[in-house]
Amino acid sequence: MASFRYGFILLVMLALAAVPTVAIAIDEPFYVSLFTRMLVMAIAACSLNLVLGYGGMVSFGHAAYLGLGAYVVGIGFYHASNDGMEWALNGWMHLALAITIPGLVALLIGAISLRTRGVYFIMITLAFSQMLYYFFIGLERYGGDDGLSLWFLSDFGGVMDMNDDVDLYYLSYGLLLVILFLLYRLVNSRFGMVLKGAKSNERRLMAVGFPTYRYRLVAFGISGAICGIAGFLMANQSEFVSTAEMHWVHSGDLIVMVVLGGMGTLFGPVLGAVGFLMLEQYLPELIRGGCEVIGGNNCGIAGEYWKIVFGPLLIMVVLFARGGIDGLLQGKVGRNG
Amino acid sequence: MAEVLTITDLVKQFGGLTATDHLSLSVDEGEVHAVIGPDGPGKTTLIGQLTEDITPNSGSIRFAGQDLTGMPVHRRSMLGLARSFQITNVLADFSARANVALAVQAHQGHSFRFWRKAASDPRLVDPAMRCLATVGLEDRAEVSASNLSHGEQRQLELAMALATQPSMLLLDEPMAGMGPEDSARMVEILKRLKGDLTILLVEHDMDAVFALADRITVLVYGRAIATGAPDAIRNDPDVRTAYLGEEAEDA
Repeated sequence: MASFRYGFILLVMLALAAVPTVAIAIDEPFYVSLFTRMLVMAIAACSLNLVLGYGGMVSFGHAAYLGLGAYVVGIGFYHASNDGMEWALNGWMHLALAITIPGLVALLIGAISLRTRGVYFIMITLAFSQMLYYFFIGLERYGGDDGLSLWFLSDFGGVMDMNDDVDLYYLSYGLLLVILFLLYRLVNSRFGMVLKGAKSNERRLMAVGFPTYRYRLVAFGISGAICGIAGFLMANQSEFVSTAEMHWVHSGDLIVMVVLGGMGTLFGPVLGAVGFLMLEQYLPELIRGGCEVIGGNNCGIAGEYWKIVFGPLLIMVVLFARGGIDGLLQGKVGRNG
Repeated sequence: MAEVLTITDLVKQFGGLTATDHLSLSVDEGEVHAVIGPDGPGKTTLIGQLTEDITPNSGSIRFAGQDLTGMPVHRRSMLGLARSFQITNVLADFSARANVALAVQAHQGHSFRFWRKAASDPRLVDPAMRCLATVGLEDRAEVSASNLSHGEQRQLELAMALATQPSMLLLDEPMAGMGPEDSARMVEILKRLKGDLTILLVEHDMDAVFALADRITVLVYGRAIATGAPDAIRNDPDVRTAYLGEEAEDA
């Protein structure tokens, strides 16, 4: 089964690499932006997977770091267009800040949250992300509730153009590959061993001499930093920044992507993010089509109820395929999968 | 001989219950000191004060020249106090080798090393394999800990404790739940370690205790009623009534 698994993952990654070429060939440029969103959410899901899947820390507030990364672009745009600060559009600077600011905020939030365990940890990470959500609603200057439409995107000089969907796509794809490779090194390094060990049996790890809190905290910071990159890409992709992206529902979506794809596996979150957005996109059409086939009324509306199918599907994954999509590829079926 | 561990006038009360009652006990370098006693909270509470977050009401625990009271758990390990758990406590989803390698890693400086693969690092793997060989698990190195037999898991516990290169080993009922065969194997392993290591052994298995210990302390209701060589303990009238008497009646 192992070769099938790697073959499938390789196929998915190659298919993703070919998306812009195919989309342009069949004259459906819409696919480029849809798949960019998949890549962006894949990066965010990978960042959550580091703490959730490898570290056993159920963060219910990762939308906050996504939002912070996006607001770096938004705030830079605001000052460039209103105060004439041209330099505030510098893409390299955006990227650097979208890594460091969410990373530092994650360290701060983690420093407090990681003193708790279980449900309390879930609640406290949720509370912090909601605080940030309301903080940005209160920031009228940067659009508050209405958000900011970005007339100018991150400026990378002549290297690439964020207004060009294909450039943005390949930037996202390249960043995803880099992040996957770095995560691969990290989870197999000494640091990764401590992180996974603390998930498996923290008491034992302390007994052999590890101050586990520090390691978990650093992992949490790294996770926030990676999630910030996704936020940076998201802002450039949607050309819009708003508090909606920081809402707790999106933290939940990220957890769903990780669980759907397979927790604690390198490519699981990528598969989960692609699967999630595919279902979000095509389940309504599928339902509409099915409805028409059986000759139902109001089939146009029926599609809006796609979550009625999506919900039970998730329950099935949790009940019968614990390892998610990646688990299924390994032939793991069942509650312990 | 130098004292490695010195417990002086230790008292721990839980409400009205005195679990440790003015206990004084010392472990000399290189000796195996066994703590035995009838069922009750005394032994577990003593171990809790030595290795975990149970803070005594009064008295002191000095190990390697430092007071252990209130010291974070991970720092006690750094001082050279290693423990095995009464209830098997290994990383179930790690292989036996990875379990021990992690214990080795804990004592090679900080682990904020993000790049090099740990599973193929000879600085971790070689010592880990040596510890596994010491406890006779070298053939089972790649087996996931959850797939090891109970006896093997106990051996793995011991290997992890050894991997931290301790100056003293605290063994909390290493024979717990073992059949006679596994028990005998564990006694053999510990006999081989004896002399090189200072060991505080808390154990129910009398055969094991008398086979291994240089000195024995008998704990009844948290109080040490006798300390001495195995023969002296065997013939101590107080001990016979408090403890061995019960065993004799059972038998």
